[in-house]
Amino acid sequence: MEIRVQNLCKSYSGVPVLRDVTFTAGDGVTCVMAPSGGGKTTLLRILLGLEAADSGTVSGLENCRWAAVFQEDRLLEQLDAAGNLRFILGRDYDSVQAAAMLAELGLGDVNGKPVRAFSGGMRRRLALARALLARSDALALDEPFAGLDGETRQRAWNCILHRRGRRPVLLVTHDEADAAGLGAQIVRLV
Amino acid sequence: MARKDGLRLRAVVFWLAVWQLGAMALAAAYPHGELLLASPLASFRRLAALAVTAAFWNAVGWSACRILGGFLLSCLAAAGLAALAARYPLAEELLAPPVAAVKATPVASFIILALVWLDGGCLPVFIAFLMVFPTVYLNLLEGIRQTDGKLLEMARVFRVPLVRRLRGIYLPQVLPYFRSAASLGLGLCWKAGIAAEVIGLPRGSMGERLYTAKIYFQTADLFAWTAAIVAVSILFERLFLKLADAIAGKAAV
Repeated sequence: MEIRVQNLCKSYSGVPVLRDVTFTAGDGVTCVMAPSGGGKTTLLRILLGLEAADSGTVSGLENCRWAAVFQEDRLLEQLDAAGNLRFILGRDYDSVQAAAMLAELGLGDVNGKPVRAFSGGMRRRLALARALLARSDALALDEPFAGLDGETRQRAWNCILHRRGRRPVLLVTHDEADAAGLGAQIVRLV
Repeated sequence: MARKDGLRLRAVVFWLAVWQLGAMALAAAYPHGELLLASPLASFRRLAALAVTAAFWNAVGWSACRILGGFLLSCLAAAGLAALAARYPLAEELLAPPVAAVKATPVASFIILALVWLDGGCLPVFIAFLMVFPTVYLNLLEGIRQTDGKLLEMARVFRVPLVRRLRGIYLPQVLPYFRSAASLGLGLCWKAGIAAEVIGLPRGSMGERLYTAKIYFQTADLFAWTAAIVAVSILFERLFLKLADAIAGKAAV
């Protein structure tokens, strides 16, 4: 699978956010980097089909089913980790697989606890587990390591590399170490 | 909490004593003073006597079926129309005038008007429906509006089916709004439903018994039926809210 973005432009109230963005994301991990307010999240939202670009084209996403970690965790506060995974996976939910994924991300002992009682880092990891377990053709990860310390960040890298399969990953991050840890191709937005 | 309950109980006992003393004073001052104000003891004795008759329970069942039927129909209609109004602004605009009219119009006007169209048996259903609808509709609409758009976006990206979205996102959001509307609506529908029965006089209803007690100056019966209506209204409110909580608890998991 190859995602081709060509001359993508987007502005809000006349203020340009994306200017002529062009890149190709292959089967591996592609890391989108830009300063704050540089349009990284907007780019992901356009690719996810949540916003329309002003001009430019995106190809390679025909019938693409995405899984995503959003800028905010977007978890169901009243449910526990398993409930949140079941909400996304439905009949595909496999308790053994889910438990293994949660353990891999250091969330092995949180079941039964509602998400509203989770710390910021735990929420982030659950959002990542949800995206990795969901049936999808591609992954869009918007700052998935925000709030994670060194060790859990490394766990999360390994988990992504191990669990993404053949799915292309579009990763938005500020930190070059994330790109290096995941062996990612870097796309810089200017 | 226990201290507050104790205080409340003492306040109730105080007012019952005031009522008892007032009734005794009237009975002493006038030859038929008990016709003006039956004492709480006489009312309780009358309620106890009525409660062992089949006619009493038939009347309770008759009124409960119709009033709660109207309430449930109203909740269903309000839920459907609130969903429609939240989705389509035109539907909301279209519904706004009748909802405002129902809210502002005195219930007696509707009862009298509805008597022209409906027989006495259908009247409490219709009036309960009408009185509950604006409260439940407006609360549900507000609840749906307050649903977190970011969660809906997340569900859209992950292609979560509608039923699961309803259970996982909408239901937990809307339920507190529905609970408060249902609690208010249940009280309203009993008051309005019984008023409709008193005016429409459907045979065998609690409202008819209330009216009969009034025209024959059976003041103790009047108080006894009123107490029964209040008790049944509170009982159904508690049962309904418990049921709603249980359903929501099961559905959300």
